[in-house]
Amino acid sequence: MANSNPSDPNASTNKASSNFDQMGFRPGGGPQHAGVPKVRSKNASGTMRRIWGYLKQQRQALFWVILCTVLTSVFALLGPYLIGRMIDDYVMPKQFDGFVRMGMILLGVYLLSALFTWFQQYMASSLSQNTVRDMREDLFNQYQRLPVQFFDQKTHGELMSRTTNDISNVSNTLNQTVVQLISSVLMLVGSLVMMLTLSLWMTLITMLTIPLVAFITKRISKYMRHYFSEQQKQLGEVNGFVQENISGLKVVKVFGREEKAVEQFREINERLRAIGVKAQSLSGSMGPMMNTMRNISFLVIAVFGAVFAYHDMITVGVIVSFLNYSNQFSQPINQLANQYNMFQSAIAGAERVFEVLDLEPEISDDTAPKSQQALIHGEVVFEDVCFGYKPEVDVLKGVSLHAHPGQMIALVGPTGAGKTTVINLLTRFYDIRSGRITIDGEDIQQLDKQALRQQIGLVLQDAYVFSGTIRDNIRYGRLDATDREVEEAARLANADVFIRKLPRGYDTELSAEGSNLSQGQRQLLTIARAVLANPCILILDEATSSVDTRTELHIQEAMKTLMKGRTSFVIAHRLSTIQEADAILVIQDGQITEQGTHDQLIARNGFYNHMYQNQFAASAQ
Amino acid sequence: MWGLASYIKPYLKFVILGPLFMILEVFFDLMQPKLAAHIVDFGVVARDFNVIERTGILMAVVTVLSLVTGVGCNLFASRASQNFGADIREALFKKVQTFSFDNMDTFKSGSLITRMTNDVVQVQNLLQMALQGLVRAPSLLIGSVVMALIINLRLGLVLLGTLIVLIIVLVLLIRSSSPLFAAVQTKLDAVNTRIQENLAGIRVIKAFVRSGYEKEQFQAVNRDYTEISIRAARFIALNSPIVTFIMNGCLVAILLYGGNQVSSGLGKVGDLVAFVNYVVQVLSSLVMVSGLLMNVTQANVSAKRIREVLDTHSAIEESKQEKAAPIAAEHVKLEQVSFSYNGSTAVKDLVLKDINIEARRGETVAIIGATGSGKSTLVQLLPRLYDVTSGSVQIDGTDIRELPLLTLRRQIGMILQDAFLFTGTIRDNIAFGKPNATQEEVEAAAMTAQAHDFISKLPEGYDTKLGQRGVNLSGGQKQRLSIARALLVKPPILIMDDSTSALDLITERRLRDALKQLTEDNITFLIAQRISSVMEAQQILVIDEGEIVGRGTHTELLATCDVYQDIYRSQYGKQEVSCGKQQSFRS
Repeated sequence: MANSNPSDPNASTNKASSNFDQMGFRPGGGPQHAGVPKVRSKNASGTMRRIWGYLKQQRQALFWVILCTVLTSVFALLGPYLIGRMIDDYVMPKQFDGFVRMGMILLGVYLLSALFTWFQQYMASSLSQNTVRDMREDLFNQYQRLPVQFFDQKTHGELMSRTTNDISNVSNTLNQTVVQLISSVLMLVGSLVMMLTLSLWMTLITMLTIPLVAFITKRISKYMRHYFSEQQKQLGEVNGFVQENISGLKVVKVFGREEKAVEQFREINERLRAIGVKAQSLSGSMGPMMNTMRNISFLVIAVFGAVFAYHDMITVGVIVSFLNYSNQFSQPINQLANQYNMFQSAIAGAERVFEVLDLEPEISDDTAPKSQQALIHGEVVFEDVCFGYKPEVDVLKGVSLHAHPGQMIALVGPTGAGKTTVINLLTRFYDIRSGRITIDGEDIQQLDKQALRQQIGLVLQDAYVFSGTIRDNIRYGRLDATDREVEEAARLANADVFIRKLPRGYDTELSAEGSNLSQGQRQLLTIARAVLANPCILILDEATSSVDTRTELHIQEAMKTLMKGRTSFVIAHRLSTIQEADAILVIQDGQITEQGTHDQLIARNGFYNHMYQNQFAASAQ
Repeated sequence: MWGLASYIKPYLKFVILGPLFMILEVFFDLMQPKLAAHIVDFGVVARDFNVIERTGILMAVVTVLSLVTGVGCNLFASRASQNFGADIREALFKKVQTFSFDNMDTFKSGSLITRMTNDVVQVQNLLQMALQGLVRAPSLLIGSVVMALIINLRLGLVLLGTLIVLIIVLVLLIRSSSPLFAAVQTKLDAVNTRIQENLAGIRVIKAFVRSGYEKEQFQAVNRDYTEISIRAARFIALNSPIVTFIMNGCLVAILLYGGNQVSSGLGKVGDLVAFVNYVVQVLSSLVMVSGLLMNVTQANVSAKRIREVLDTHSAIEESKQEKAAPIAAEHVKLEQVSFSYNGSTAVKDLVLKDINIEARRGETVAIIGATGSGKSTLVQLLPRLYDVTSGSVQIDGTDIRELPLLTLRRQIGMILQDAFLFTGTIRDNIAFGKPNATQEEVEAAAMTAQAHDFISKLPEGYDTKLGQRGVNLSGGQKQRLSIARALLVKPPILIMDDSTSALDLITERRLRDALKQLTEDNITFLIAQRISSVMEAQQILVIDEGEIVGRGTHTELLATCDVYQDIYRSQYGKQEVSCGKQQSFRS
């Protein structure tokens, strides 16, 4: 996961290797090769231009990185040349005047090369990290702007992977691949030029191995790609199976289906094993193949060099230089393909990031001038509101309601009738298809979403707590609340008692999943949060459904105080919760079928009465 | 990593052959510079064309041998590593299947998944690397030094000396960098946690209009992370220039010293050529080693995480009894049962205290009580999802710890609070406990569970595919499917753990009526929040803070039990208490 981590071993290996004038380095063992899936991007040039937009902000660092890359390459090319000269000019003729001075020059070249390498990487690391920092921040900010709908459609895992893996990919590429690409090309051209100056014939002979290398690389990577994608597929299947099994492990155990699960797992694991051996065998062969290519060019240079030297066409020093250059020449070729793949996959990753960044944020969809007017009364009116999550399915079919300031409105009805949808529309998590919703006479479409939501306190069925202390979680309702206010809110929400019982009280750290609290306790916290926010409209969407009825009774008492002077919408299964509501709306199949007070509805003897009587029916039998 | 050695054993052959071939490959590779030196000294300098020819052919043979051994090594290494990985994966999976609920609580499910997927891939890659690179680099290193010493003792010593210095420098660098990397990891975790939470809590954030605040928070952790990663990366950046420079310095020293030797007739030019190559070999293998070492560190962490899972003993021990005596499940008895999650018997840790329950076939035991009072824990003791801390649970007079787990669990149908559904069709899900069930059986179970109607309304009916965690169904629908799933296996003991909470009252009423006929022959344990759900039970237990505070029928409890009265009032309102009483008295 932590690919952007500089400790990433592939990163450092590759990074180091590109700056060495070494021989015999086999790029990657086996696994590294297999680690680069080839992903094609849709619009590479457009994406690159956007990445460039980010890079531009680090112009200075970029300049230094490129300059140092060029200088490093030049010095790397000078080394072998000087060694050849030392052998030809001093060792062979056995004359040693100035030999030491030459050695010192060589040492100086190496020192400069090391310095520039260091400085290049020094700058590159801040360049890449700062760039992806900006990208990450943009992405995060975009998440804050996107409508809820977006998050309902995408899984968290998928979005997580965009924010972590995809961005790491970009970071790695910026950090190494780009630099490597530049230096590879420079080394390629530079070595070629140096070789040509030394000996045309030797150069031509060295080049002989290139088509061979290209051919073999191409063949292997073609097969490799096939096996590799097959392996990825199987790995995905294994992971998917594991994921589901673990998530549903309790069910598996309760039904005693462990053996069957193991059996199923073994089947897909065996498939992965088989394809894994094949894919690894093939991709791992890349190393020895490349090694052989290197050996062949070494052999060719040594033998032909010797023949030429035998005929006095070249000197021994040239052979030595060539042995070094041929390596500097073939290494970039070997790496280029790999780097290109990495580059491609980073571009694809960046594309996925930009895809999110390009989505329409919910704030900008308000074309009308936004009213910042504070909503103080809380008079809520729905006029013939229609809505559906999908165009072809209507969830609400012409809902009209009128909540006077300070009223408590209860929404009841069968599961899936559209109660929560009413709330989603009021908070503008979703926008209505037709009709009108007004608050204090103001169409909410014309209101700034932020301003609107600031006036609405929401307690949801799913009690969500953040990691952090209990105090922080409650304070989320109003960031500038004092400790005393936080505790007061907790007391009102009946949460104070259980919080004080915890060993660390309000400073108890909650885990991200809040697993150290019961669901009921978590819900009490979110209620306290809403209490603290002090909104003029309060929405309780099954807020107490996971709290036992006795606790609920206590909360309700607190809620009664809280609801005073506020318009409140309450959704509840338990009818006892809502008997005192000013108006009860029965929603069935997307329409309001009955409305009135508890007594009126009982007298009406309709669906509500039926539901209500049902609670007592059991005892009557 | 060594802890996983036993999983390598079956592939010992490959594990030995792989490195052996690698050493051979290195040997052949190392012969090349020596042969080149031979060509220069005896072919070019001594002007003998035959030597050039013969040595050339020899070099070609060596190249082929190097290829063969290199590929061979890879084949063995691949077999070993992939099989090793697959075996570990299977072992992990099997292990996790034996986990008790207790174990599952210890490892979070996310962490378990990572261990079984990513971590396995890590150690698998490590083995591959160990067999190839980790053998290659040191062999190349040692081989080069040995060859250098053979060719020219004095020059070889220069190389050896440099190497020692270099290794010390490398070790120091790596050692001082590791706390930095740990810090990077921590900061990265902070960034990820922030993102994760924002995705999960997005509604809350939007509802409270806290985007600005969240942005600030994220900016802080993001900048922190960036800063430390830059620091770490800059530290790493020292690595390669230092190593390269030391080795290149050695190269210059050898050239100068060797040049002098050649001039004084002590050395040959070809040897110098070979030397230059060996130095370069050493350099490259060092780079490889330092890269691989970091991989090893990372894989070691993974290995440790895998070991943690494999070494966990299931908190539930399988009974010694191998023969599965059929149990009729006529009678269930909990005798003086106490339970604590950590196994301690201290009163403050006890979640359940001195619970006594008896139930016979045909009876329904209903359990009601506040959230966190221990209801769920209590019923989870029956299928041994947890084991009692003291006391015993007996079925037909036999302690359930004496029964084979599978036999026990087959007798119990349990509907969990969280209605988890698997990917697959609705039919697959209902038939989960009995995959060979007929369509009639599936439909019958669905009908009883009040799920048939909504299933039939779906365009694809029972063949409707459910996504991850069945997201396209409502909570109530999921609950009904999970009820149908349990009913299909027709267990003698049925446990419903608050499994109708998302149903509306009318649907629940219908479900209860339907269940009544079906459960006449069962022992049913029913946890519920609503009085209406439990009032018909023969035995209602009121649990408060782990203790049974009331026991009897609805009527009895209403008359005697304070807590029960409280609950009743909370659901029916004050004015209804007397009415409810009267109604129930009538019955």
